[in-house]
Amino acid sequence: MVADTSNQANKPSIGDYLKNNIREYGLLVALVVIMLFFQFVTNGVLFRPVNITNLVLQNSFIVIMALGMLLIIVAGHIDLSVGSIVAFIGAISAIMLVKWGLPAIVVIPACLIVGGIMGAAQGYWVAYQKIPSFIVTLAGMLVFRGLTYVVLGGRPIGPFPKEFQLLSTGFVPDFLYFLNPKPDLIQNMVALVAVLALVGYAIYAGVRNRRVNEQHGSENEPFVFFAIQMAVIAVVALFIGYQLSTYRGLPNVLIAMGVLIALYTFVTTRSTVGRRIYAMGGNVKAAKLSGINTERLTFYTFINMGVLAALAGMIITARLNSATPKAGVGFELDVIAACFIGGASASGGVGKITGAVIGAFIMGVMNNGMSIMGIGIDYQQLIKGLVLLAAVFFDVYNKNKG
Amino acid sequence: MDNIILEMRGITKTFPGVKALDNVSFKVREGEIHALVGENGAGKSTLMKVLSGVYPAGTYDGEIYYDGEPRRFSTISDSEHLGIIIIHQELALVPLLSIAENIFLGNEIATNGVIHWPQTFARTQELLKKVGLSEPPATLITDIGVGKQQLVEIAKALSKKVRLLILDEPTASLNENDSDALLKLLMEFRTQGMTSIIISHKLNEIRKVADQITILRDGGTVETLDCQTEDIGEDRIIKGMVGRAMEDRYPPREPKIGETLLEVKNWNVFHQHHRDRQFLHDVNFTVRAGEVVGIAGLMGAGRTETAMSIFGKSWGHKITGDVLMRGKPVDVSTIPRAIDAGLAYVTEDRKQLGLVLINNIKENTTLSNLKAVASNGVIDDRKEVKVASDYRSKLRIRSHSIYQETVNLSGGNQQKVVLSKWLFTNPEVLILDEPTRGIDIGAKYEIYTIINQLAAEGKGILMISSEMPELLGTCDRIYVMNEGRIVAELSKAEASQESIMRAIMRSGEKH
Repeated sequence: MVADTSNQANKPSIGDYLKNNIREYGLLVALVVIMLFFQFVTNGVLFRPVNITNLVLQNSFIVIMALGMLLIIVAGHIDLSVGSIVAFIGAISAIMLVKWGLPAIVVIPACLIVGGIMGAAQGYWVAYQKIPSFIVTLAGMLVFRGLTYVVLGGRPIGPFPKEFQLLSTGFVPDFLYFLNPKPDLIQNMVALVAVLALVGYAIYAGVRNRRVNEQHGSENEPFVFFAIQMAVIAVVALFIGYQLSTYRGLPNVLIAMGVLIALYTFVTTRSTVGRRIYAMGGNVKAAKLSGINTERLTFYTFINMGVLAALAGMIITARLNSATPKAGVGFELDVIAACFIGGASASGGVGKITGAVIGAFIMGVMNNGMSIMGIGIDYQQLIKGLVLLAAVFFDVYNKNKG
Repeated sequence: MDNIILEMRGITKTFPGVKALDNVSFKVREGEIHALVGENGAGKSTLMKVLSGVYPAGTYDGEIYYDGEPRRFSTISDSEHLGIIIIHQELALVPLLSIAENIFLGNEIATNGVIHWPQTFARTQELLKKVGLSEPPATLITDIGVGKQQLVEIAKALSKKVRLLILDEPTASLNENDSDALLKLLMEFRTQGMTSIIISHKLNEIRKVADQITILRDGGTVETLDCQTEDIGEDRIIKGMVGRAMEDRYPPREPKIGETLLEVKNWNVFHQHHRDRQFLHDVNFTVRAGEVVGIAGLMGAGRTETAMSIFGKSWGHKITGDVLMRGKPVDVSTIPRAIDAGLAYVTEDRKQLGLVLINNIKENTTLSNLKAVASNGVIDDRKEVKVASDYRSKLRIRSHSIYQETVNLSGGNQQKVVLSKWLFTNPEVLILDEPTRGIDIGAKYEIYTIINQLAAEGKGILMISSEMPELLGTCDRIYVMNEGRIVAELSKAEASQESIMRAIMRSGEKH
């Protein structure tokens, strides 16, 4: 009975480390493999600058909603209403902008607030009345869809003013054009510089983090993995950045998405709120008895989801340049699938923002790639369904084995 | 009458880290009512689970002879096949199905999967008559009281051609009339030649019906008393149940008792679910600085409910009464307020209620006081690692690092993580609910040592335990609870297993 109470963590072997983290590396590898596969079968269309831009624009709202959905799922709940919230927000933004002629600067925050209220309206029943979220948000899905028809009177409204369309079709202007060494090739210098800066910072931060961990005896992933991971991410990012710079540069949406991903990663990994959501999803009774106000926390996660769904709703409405009653049908399923492919657990307490984002991109690349190949929507659905099942089976299999 | 229907020889059953049964022998004569008694955790229920095949053959050592032949039951249906039916303490009825459906659940009267309802109802009527229950067979279980539910369970057993009926604390949740009816029924069955084993804490009832009494203690057989050859008094049974020597299981301590920290006055609580039933009646107690105060009582006495209703009103309903800390009334209406008031509650069920098992030691340690390792809502990782590491070495938590998931820790180490979590909130009074349940002797000693240290630091400790020796070995003062009331307060000098048991039994007879 010798107590091993030293602070030095026993260094796990590389094999052990791989086994314990196979999910995360597996996901990244899967994304890269899927991208290379489609790059090959589409004869290089996938990574063309214009298609990369499309990929970002098409998937941004799924990614944005996946951020909120991940928190909901980690908290042990589900939200089926996001597709309908998207449609409803599109509808009221159309009314305010097109019919009433209000400026975008007023409409955008107003829509975010309405989204928050819609989330709160559902969160109240889940958190304080203890009605299962599946039922509450199923009701919300129907109610908000119905309201959309009511507001739009069954007809699409559009087009939208230019300033609102910038939400999805805008690009960061090339204010660094004077640095451009090859103006005939590179159209937008900002994209290139930004990506270079980002990759540089990521490597710097990663290395610094490792050093701090070493000083405090915290766990570090083996250097080989760190290096490979960094290299893969850097190569992919630089390649995409370069491709974008030869087209129109960085879409505004990409910037918004990047900022949100960073923010939510920070919230989930470093903030007290994030920690409490994970604890609540892991064991709600223990969390409550530890003094966490689990009702309020649940309520907030639903408000947050509503706000993000509203943002997504405005982006897609701006992109389509029209508000239709059928907008966003089935989005909730893509968003939820992204979270589960990304390793979130249906029973709560487990899941990562990076996982959900990669999950969303796996879905997105598959959608895009299969469309380019000319595969019909029927087979696309079939294949996506199987991928979801395979990803979750992989999780369950790993868990049972370990 | 000396025909042995059941004999269990040398039964040993081990759970990870705990020997629940150690070489137990048990003999039952055909056609008798055999009582099985012992303290909580003595191994009664485990023994019956071994017998009925809940723990299949191969997971225990020893032999079972039934009707003179060796038997190896690998499932419950194996034992049911031979007429051995167990009725567990928690009734296994489906509340929203009817009496008839419950009686024949899994054993339906059917041809090719189609249930024959007229026959089912007729058979049910017959069975209900035998147990003296006059409810229509279509009545839902949820609409009848616990006493009647118990009778339905027995009717269900009868439907399976029972020869040996095992009842695990059948009268624990029944009132006196229902209990009497049940015991009469058992005596009636005896005249028809049926054999029963009854597990009970109510010694007066046992004296009324039992032909033989087997006493278990610490997972071993103490003795079997024959009530037909001699008159067995309650004191005799109690002596058998508790008569163990106090070994050096408890670290020594010099109590330095200071001012009163926690005072609870006129605490009345209604049941969480049965909202018109008062569960706690005028509970009053105090805990002083540096003092370890115990609450003894049987299961269902209201000890956990007392603790949880005080700690942020997390149990019960219509709660009235006052909680004072250092003589000043404090607000304990929510858990965060109770924590702010200086209370901490280490739950009875550390896996379900104490820990987030999928999280690691570090995350569990800081969960109740995240603010202390964060600024503006952002967790300071270094601070958190330091806090977790400090508690890990201070409480000697055995793990490969603070990043180990708590699900992979032993019971004793899990309990230390829960203690770390609460110590980090810096409470004045810690309520420990069954702090050593399910952990091995070595780890128990360490937990007692931690308790002593905390008391020496001037904290007040309120300890709920079903193990009387543990209370006697660690507490300065012991309250005894029964049926939602505090029925005795015993000083260290007055407290003994006999005096505690006597207080419980006497109060039980009064009501």
